Amino acid sequence: MATPLIVSEVFKSFIMHLRDGIELPVVNDVNFSVASGECVVLGGPSGIGKSSILKMLYGNYAVDAGQILVAHQDRIVDIASADPRTVLDVRRRTLGYVSQFLRTVPRVSALDVVAEPLVARGVSALEARDTAASLLSQLNLPKELWGLPPATFSGGEQQRVNIARGFITDHTILLLDEPTASLDARNRRVVVEMIAEKKRKGVALLGIFHDEEVREAVANRIVDVSQFSPRKAAA
Amino acid sequence: MSPEVPSDSGLAAYNFAYLDEQTKRMIRRAILKAIAIPGYQVPFASREMPMPYGWGTGGVQVTASIIGPDDILKVIDQGADDTTNAVSIRAFFQKVANVAVTTHTGDATIIQTRHRIPEQTLSEGQVLVYQVPIPEPLRFLEPRETETRKMHALEEYGLMHVKLYEDIAYNGRISKTYAYPVKVAGRYVMDPSPTPKFDNPKMHMSEALQLFGAGREKRIYAIPPHTEVVSLDFEDHPFEIQRFDKPCAMCGAENVYLDEVILDDKGGRMFVCSDTDHCEDRREQGHVGELLAIQEAAE
Amino acid sequence: MNDTPLLKVSAVSKFYGQRIGCKEVSFDLWPGEVLAIVGESGSGKTTLLNCISTRLMPTAGSVEYTMRDGTVRDLYHMSEAERRFLMRTDWGFVHQNPADGLRMTVSAGANVGERLMAVGDRHYGNIRATASDWLSRVEIGVDRIDDAPRAFSGGMRQRLQIARNLVTGPRLVFMDEPTGGLDVSVQARLLDLVRGLVNDLGLSAIIVTHDLAVARLLSHRMMVMKDGYVIEQGLTDRVLDDPREPYTQLLVSSILQV
Repeated sequence: MATPLIVSEVFKSFIMHLRDGIELPVVNDVNFSVASGECVVLGGPSGIGKSSILKMLYGNYAVDAGQILVAHQDRIVDIASADPRTVLDVRRRTLGYVSQFLRTVPRVSALDVVAEPLVARGVSALEARDTAASLLSQLNLPKELWGLPPATFSGGEQQRVNIARGFITDHTILLLDEPTASLDARNRRVVVEMIAEKKRKGVALLGIFHDEEVREAVANRIVDVSQFSPRKAAA
Repeated sequence: MSPEVPSDSGLAAYNFAYLDEQTKRMIRRAILKAIAIPGYQVPFASREMPMPYGWGTGGVQVTASIIGPDDILKVIDQGADDTTNAVSIRAFFQKVANVAVTTHTGDATIIQTRHRIPEQTLSEGQVLVYQVPIPEPLRFLEPRETETRKMHALEEYGLMHVKLYEDIAYNGRISKTYAYPVKVAGRYVMDPSPTPKFDNPKMHMSEALQLFGAGREKRIYAIPPHTEVVSLDFEDHPFEIQRFDKPCAMCGAENVYLDEVILDDKGGRMFVCSDTDHCEDRREQGHVGELLAIQEAAE
Repeated sequence: MNDTPLLKVSAVSKFYGQRIGCKEVSFDLWPGEVLAIVGESGSGKTTLLNCISTRLMPTAGSVEYTMRDGTVRDLYHMSEAERRFLMRTDWGFVHQNPADGLRMTVSAGANVGERLMAVGDRHYGNIRATASDWLSRVEIGVDRIDDAPRAFSGGMRQRLQIARNLVTGPRLVFMDEPTGGLDVSVQARLLDLVRGLVNDLGLSAIIVTHDLAVARLLSHRMMVMKDGYVIEQGLTDRVLDDPREPYTQLLVSSILQV
């Protein structure tokens, strides 16, 4: 089975220049990989660096050392050293990210927020909206909200818009940062089913799930992030 | 060459045609350059003249530089030979150059004009000198001289059409009736001085040399004989000249530019030729307009 | 991916006498990419923008531009006529103060139509139709087409300036603090509009701003300038989420949280 995501010997720390340059180590020597069709869950207590790993993989955080290899089109890209233009292209075509919070854009309707990644990939606006609509109804977002900008939605509603936006494309790798955090049981089950569907389509998923029930339902493997913790290494 | 003026000639103690010979040479050089680059505004060192700016100092300096003792001068203001400005300038050249003057368009070798081109077609050998208040056609849209010069140099004339666009947007048609911009010899956009746009077609392929002098703004420009002069317009709003409903009330001429004359306090008015020489000529030839016919019948 | 950058900036420096305007700045801008240049007043970002857009001649360096026909030209070796033509056809420049980019005394329609007339459009009806279309795209009522920008609010003027620039379908737009001096709500509307237009038209843009929120919303990439030097650059969310340089950390930590 193909392995579209390989993380190899990655180190990350923050240097806080505004606080006398103290160095905050985040993770040391991170090694793991995700195969097509599997969902790998990052485990371990809060503050151990799970979200930071996702952000490094997506290119939001810089990496001090190591490689993040992504199978992009027909080549391998190292996110840790790639130029911004390549990272953007990887994000557009290969690597999707569902964050915990929706970054709302003023005056853009929920439907268009969801459809946007498809439009960016060249799908016609009409077709993209159709797909967006079916995802939003799958996630039980009341139809009267579709035309409104999500800024004023509740946490759960925003979360569902965010999930629909993340799942709408056919990215081959998907990063999930607690996508079910503020959902009720019914919608959690919908998301679990959507993840299963992605697995069947051969998507490689890497996620953080605090909800044990969801974690059990979606995880093929759990990677314990505490093994990469510098604090543990120091001890 | 400076023609010696005999001390008993009755001329005032000025050099011939008022300007000194160095100044005339300088102005002639500017004129030659202007003729070589049709429509291009040539800067020149405009002199103080014994009349205020706005009274035709630019035209007077051009005329003074090209006039010779054998020339016959005609001066018109708004088409008329008998208005203050025309009379003063004519008297000025009689005094400082002792040249022959005329009101007949056909007899003149030099015609200095303000606001009109004579109705009678000008012919080879004649020179028409325009008095120009503001030579820069782009001025009211672009206040910077450095920028307008660059625009001329690079042939960036889109702005000229912005002005015409505004006219149509506000009035439904190009309402500019005078100083209507033209493109000369396919290159420079030029302000034809405040002549009515009615006269624009007369500039096109004229046999006469046309010289433009702006005294206050210190610019000279020219249209050499047989030069293409095209009025700017839009494809769907083509250039048109004014039409008059009636012929001249005095001489019955059609297709000429008419002035409105108020006759009494009861709203009586008539339209007559703005070109007085043309009107007189026609009447001498026996043409009779509506009003003249009534007057003659009454007598 | 397209393999020729639209703009290739190489070691551009500008000195004002002894003072540094900007020093040895190099970067590539790719088609469809939006680059934000951030930094505080006096950091050299506007100097850099003016150098790249040839409004100012740099002391040293070169900028190569890929023309519509695919040829690559050094901007500083083009004739002024060519540069000015480029500026009014293939480029746009949105000034912070709309009065610098608009003709305040002519109507909105003529402001938008000017570029069309400059490239030889001589059909009044077509020019007006295109102007109306662009006014509605920037959310200005078509009934305002004959009003002069003097009668417009600041936000409307800025939107008009954008329409005036985009009417010839430029491929590259320079913006100098496009939201500066506008109310927050007006800013949001303008940003949203610019974002939509940039996406729809596939524009490349270089945006100078001191507002990190503007950079976050509009740009793919950003460069942080300080004292004339580029001290940090990268993906916009990388620079903002994980600032590396002391000054960038200071900038990011200075954002007011509402």
